[in-house]
Amino acid sequence: MTDIDVTQELPLPVERPRPVTSGPINWLRANLFNSIPNTILTLAALYLLAVTIPPVIRWALVDATWHGQTGRACSAGGACWAFIAEKGRFILFGRFPYEEHWRPLFAVAIFVAMIVASCDRRLWGRRLAILWLAGLIAVGVLMWGGIFGMTYVDTSLWNGLPLTLIFATFGMAFAFPLAILLALGRRSRLPAVRAICVGYIELVRGVPLITLLFMASVMLPLFLPTGMTIDKLLRTQVAFALFAAAYLAEIVRGGLQAITRGQFEAADSLGLGYWRRTRLIVLPQALAMVIPPLVNSFIGTFKGTSLVIIIGLFDLLGAANAALTDTNWQGGFYIEAYVFTAAIYWTFCFFMSRYSQMLEREFNKGRQR
Amino acid sequence: MTSAGETRVGEPIIELRHVDKWFGDFQVLKGIDLEVKKGERVVVCGPSGSGKSTMIRCINRLEEHQQGQIIVAGIELTADVKNVEAIRREVGMVFQQFNLFPHLTVLQNLTLAPIWVRKLPRKEAEETARLYLERVRIPEQADKYPGQLSGGQQQRVAIARSLCMKPEIMLFDEPTSALDPEMIKEVLDVMIELAQEGMTMVCVTHEMGFARTVADTMVFMDRGEIVERGPPQEFFANPKSDRTKLFLSQILAH
Repeated sequence: MTDIDVTQELPLPVERPRPVTSGPINWLRANLFNSIPNTILTLAALYLLAVTIPPVIRWALVDATWHGQTGRACSAGGACWAFIAEKGRFILFGRFPYEEHWRPLFAVAIFVAMIVASCDRRLWGRRLAILWLAGLIAVGVLMWGGIFGMTYVDTSLWNGLPLTLIFATFGMAFAFPLAILLALGRRSRLPAVRAICVGYIELVRGVPLITLLFMASVMLPLFLPTGMTIDKLLRTQVAFALFAAAYLAEIVRGGLQAITRGQFEAADSLGLGYWRRTRLIVLPQALAMVIPPLVNSFIGTFKGTSLVIIIGLFDLLGAANAALTDTNWQGGFYIEAYVFTAAIYWTFCFFMSRYSQMLEREFNKGRQR
Repeated sequence: MTSAGETRVGEPIIELRHVDKWFGDFQVLKGIDLEVKKGERVVVCGPSGSGKSTMIRCINRLEEHQQGQIIVAGIELTADVKNVEAIRREVGMVFQQFNLFPHLTVLQNLTLAPIWVRKLPRKEAEETARLYLERVRIPEQADKYPGQLSGGQQQRVAIARSLCMKPEIMLFDEPTSALDPEMIKEVLDVMIELAQEGMTMVCVTHEMGFARTVADTMVFMDRGEIVERGPPQEFFANPKSDRTKLFLSQILAH
């Protein structure tokens, strides 16, 4: 047994210094009123909020009309939510036969469920592909009908939210792989491949989307042999995908350029070969790096679908505009209609943005220390 | 030692015949002739810009030569992609900058090529990977990402990654040049072990202590040519060329 000198002073572990101040009052003082300019800014902001928020609340909630059969019910001066209550179904599903609205509703539900399922990385693979195939068949059956006792509904009556979702989902689903191929092709060693990809990207990116939509809806039928028709919806869909692909391709290329030569060499020296190198080493890193601009572009594409109104297709926004022309609801309930559609667009875009942040964290694990 | 070495060394496995290479108008390799036998350990040294890295990068065609012949494991390197990939499967390479795949864990780095190129079942590939991690003395790092490791650890993972493909030949391109001094030894120790197990190695390095320990043959390059070659005892004690003498005096001075 050795004696331990208990009186000996051991060095105390040094604690990390705590912030000197804490508590809400101190927080306010430190962040909002810490200098004269900041105090002025804080007061000005408070004044602006005080002036704007109460009227908005009064309009949207206090003076709002919630029930009514026609526009005459809305005379209180506030928001006319009765318009949304009455015409909401029309905005969502447009001219789809009224009694059959459960069909597009289910179609939308299937779409949303599939999109949510796709977000789980553990499901990525063959099962998800089967799920999508099954889901799309179900959506097709629901929308077209003609079997199982459902009446046939022409694609020209596919309006509102289902149309927006179809354009956006298919547009992105086809544009993204095409964009990857274009980006890879643009960096190819083969001059012909490179020329085709550069030509495609520069050509498509250089014209407005509306031009492409017009070409797809008006010009293309003129060039087709007589008797041959391609569904207008399909033509528009293809135009969307082709347009989005040109933009996405350049984003993907940006990611590809950020991969160092050493990564290519390491993959080569292991004998991976071009396609496995691209799939296993290059793309996972390149795409993870460009998630923010990719999602930016996806959100743009999603909202860009509202341009189809120009070629006479009624997507969500188109249906909202159509609802405003109802003679029972004269008095211009534009704000209500646009707030309603904006809320729907915003919900989807917000979801995309949050999901992308999650993906970013997931994919960038390797770069954290 | 020498006699044992001679019986250990077998048939030629790498042959470079009159290899020329240009970067633009600049000739980096001038008529390189080199033969490496199975089990032989060749250490290549020379001043920077002498073409030594370019030469070993030609052996697995990370660089293309423009004239001459390179035959590795009986296969000639040509523009034929099949040949190139066949050779790359048999030739491991360790880089100065490690070049681990940052988006994959250490274990995934090690199993990727065995699973996709050698078509091994995942379980078997993982067993092999853990075995090699043990041999480079970092079994506990299997589930970390490369960015979480020190330079020396990363380079040992890189060595293990190459070994998982069970290559016949290992090429080392200045494997310790990017490392902090205290980490050089841990990497060299692994390489020495590998040499003792009879791996065919071609190693570009400035670590002359390591060269003395493991090399069967020293090769000195300058300005794109092989100036001198020979067993290390002779090479270090009586260099014949003035250029070799100058280089050795500079590198061994401190």
